Amino acid sequence: MLSFLNHLINGISLGSIYAIIALGYTMVYGIAKMLNFAHGDIIMVGAYVCFFAVSSFQLHPVVGLLLAIIVCTVLGTLIEKLAYKPLRQATSLAVLITAIGVSYFLQNAAQLLWTSNPKLFPDIFNGAAIKLFDGELIITVSTLVTIAACIVIMILLTAFIDKSKTGKAMRACSEDKGAAQLMGINVNRTISITFAIGSALAAVAGVLLCTTYPSLVPTTGSMPGIKAFTAAVFGGIGSVPGALLGGILLGIIEIMAGAYISTSLSNAIVFAVLILVLLIKPTGLLGKQIREKV
Amino acid sequence: MLKVQDINVYYGSIHAIKDVSFEVQSGEIVTLIGANGAGKSTVLQTISGLLRSKTGSIHFLDQDLSNVPPHKIVAQGLAHVPEGRRIFLQMTVEDNLSMGAFTRPGSEVDASIADVYERFPRLMERRKQIAGTLSGGEQQMLAMGRALMSRPHLLMLDEPSMGLSPILVQQIFDIIKELHKAGTTILLVEQNAQMALSVADRAYVLESGRIVLSGTGAELAKSDAIKKAYLGG
Repeated sequence: MLSFLNHLINGISLGSIYAIIALGYTMVYGIAKMLNFAHGDIIMVGAYVCFFAVSSFQLHPVVGLLLAIIVCTVLGTLIEKLAYKPLRQATSLAVLITAIGVSYFLQNAAQLLWTSNPKLFPDIFNGAAIKLFDGELIITVSTLVTIAACIVIMILLTAFIDKSKTGKAMRACSEDKGAAQLMGINVNRTISITFAIGSALAAVAGVLLCTTYPSLVPTTGSMPGIKAFTAAVFGGIGSVPGALLGGILLGIIEIMAGAYISTSLSNAIVFAVLILVLLIKPTGLLGKQIREKV
Repeated sequence: MLKVQDINVYYGSIHAIKDVSFEVQSGEIVTLIGANGAGKSTVLQTISGLLRSKTGSIHFLDQDLSNVPPHKIVAQGLAHVPEGRRIFLQMTVEDNLSMGAFTRPGSEVDASIADVYERFPRLMERRKQIAGTLSGGEQQMLAMGRALMSRPHLLMLDEPSMGLSPILVQQIFDIIKELHKAGTTILLVEQNAQMALSVADRAYVLESGRIVLSGTGAELAKSDAIKKAYLGG
């Protein structure tokens, strides 16, 4: 029973990371109607920035996190401006291929800059953990921080999108870019802001990911990126609560499948569940039916 | 107030608007009428900057709009209620209205919302409702209210009567007359030529992308060609 609880907590923690990454996918998809496959690699860049700040420059981890957020925000908006913006009128396939190209570019650039030797991410929390039930239930501080970060991010982001002027402009753009322009909303600027927010969240996710899984390589972001993309689709792409739900469920399924069925099959089980969900509800768990315009 | 000169608009290789020129004077209601596909909406979209003309110029309040990006045009005092209303269906009525005032300082928004509610009490009743759940007539009122939130000098209305029952069409046209009385200049695009001509000071007839006739609303309403083509005999 206690081990089940342990797995559940670990699943929620892993799922929180997926959820934070999935937010980036889902927000960008909601507004730009594109799948930014380079999003996972932004995570990796964020993790490296924090790694060097803390390990090489002996900076406080919080400073490292802030630096990672700044670098990723700039990188994300730059990628949007250079790679995606010129393709605004192009077919979605062209944009998709470009995104995959950007993803490989980032991985290879990281390999060139930082080699493919794994870096050991510093143990920011010094392995601190809370032991309950005579040490049978161990919850690490990094797990707690990850879950708390996810909750805080969700609350802030939802409030931002629901209440702020920019957040409303984002919703308006995601529904109808032409009408949004008639309101005086600068659509390009709104898309840039969305990329900036998504990339900042990716930096946070990168640092959180490496506090739990400390081996850092240039491909660190790609699998979590794909999983988070899956989570976004699972929950209903374009939906912010969907990203949360999809991420958490995916994390729990992955950990449970690894613990009770087979570690090597856990990924296969995750994707099997995704396929099942999409068969039953093609728009994902919380996805809205998309009205086709005539 | 608005001076459109020799514009030519293309959709790819299709020449949709051919050498169109017309004017709207301050305080007028001007209508563009014509059959489905004549290019009426294209003209409005070109004025709002959503489409670009290859030639000619568009001047609004003595400013050239040809190279002004669409999101900057509304701040010049030109609001466009697009064809099919295009309200934000997943947002509440009130959020839709606040989007209409996007370019205005936040401190003025509440007063404008109150003005719109006064003109459209129906929207007040439904202010917390998701816009997609409104009836067609209410959606048209919301689209017009949203455009008024920018306090425009010129209001462009694209097919406000589309899909509405005769009673609602009458209501919408009464509102148009009221807005006009309150000092708003109006450029009205309509397929319902009879209604449009009944309120218009002047009218232009668009046919296959070209202006083929123009005159006062009363003149055109009496013209035989118009009667035959658009007024059912």
